[in-house]
Amino acid sequence: MASLKELKGRITSVKSTQKITKAKQMVAAAKLRKAQARAEAARPYAERLTAVMASLASKVGGENAPRLLAGTGSEKRHLLVVVNTDKGLCGGLNSNIVRAASAKARELVAAGKDVELYLVGRKGRAPLKRNFPELIGANYDTSQVREPGFEEAEQIASEVIGMFEDGKFDVAHLVYPIFKSALAQDPTVQQIVPVPAPEAAASDDAGAVVEYEPGEEEILEELLPRYVKTQIFGALLEIAASEQGASMTAMDNATRNAGDLIQKLTIQYNRSRQAAITTELVEIIAGAEAL
Amino acid sequence: MALHFELVTPAKLVRSEDVHMVVVPGSEGEFGVLEGHAPFMSTIRDGAVQVYKTAGSAPEEIMVQGGFAEVGDAGLTVLAEHVSE
Repeated sequence: MASLKELKGRITSVKSTQKITKAKQMVAAAKLRKAQARAEAARPYAERLTAVMASLASKVGGENAPRLLAGTGSEKRHLLVVVNTDKGLCGGLNSNIVRAASAKARELVAAGKDVELYLVGRKGRAPLKRNFPELIGANYDTSQVREPGFEEAEQIASEVIGMFEDGKFDVAHLVYPIFKSALAQDPTVQQIVPVPAPEAAASDDAGAVVEYEPGEEEILEELLPRYVKTQIFGALLEIAASEQGASMTAMDNATRNAGDLIQKLTIQYNRSRQAAITTELVEIIAGAEAL
Repeated sequence: MALHFELVTPAKLVRSEDVHMVVVPGSEGEFGVLEGHAPFMSTIRDGAVQVYKTAGSAPEEIMVQGGFAEVGDAGLTVLAEHVSE
């Protein structure tokens, strides 16, 4: 049985751990609200862009479609853009993303495709490197910025599109979590290149002939990279919200566990203290009786 | 007579209001949009969007970078990547 002093030390150390997890939980709760607001603020842009894309893509079909929309014609080489967080203490979020990415990579490899991984965020690097040491390509570091924003999304997108134009891959997928609630973040795999043709708006208001300047194709050509950027930006916002949400839940659990542990240790501490007192008394009484 | 004008960036909805006229720096020249404009879509070059709140008032200038403008039944929507006021 542990001595009284040891028990006391353990209680103090668990208490200070609890303080840390509690603080992290509150910080995450505050940041979550902000991250959610940012994610919501980004929605109008994405919606409008998708609507415009849909109406344009249905007009510019066939062989004059830009390569970003039509693809290279082959499906051999795949690029997986995996978005992870930079910091830990967020429960199973990163391992879930890594698992989703690994499953997709294995599936593609099994289908005889070439796979390359492009990693965003620090936390996915080590486990993915362990799983697929030969597939890791470039990675993008977001750990230097506090809140990954549109600029980072722009840089990632231009790098990915650059790789596409150099013919380094045929299809790109984005792996990121969709923030549902603080309890649930679903890792998703989404194709970003070639841009999946959005479904055309249900009722294309007939009669209204839209004029284009300079022309449909030119506009579409400019729109597609922007669409990829928006998708990546959306993923960055989702990961930010997911990170805070997952962190809040994980830290809440940790705080509660620490509380339980403290209670158990305190009971144990009191019991051994009483046992020590009893032993001492018995000794004194026994000594007095012996006289 | 009012034109519904929306200016949207990836980060937020910058403007959503009824105005008199907006002059947009299209890539093939500036164009003004009044209410009832025919459906129209254009890419824009970096420059200032001029918003006339009422006829004859001094325009408010908003610098935009990279994007495009769409005129439809709902009014004018400018999607820009960067906006500085």
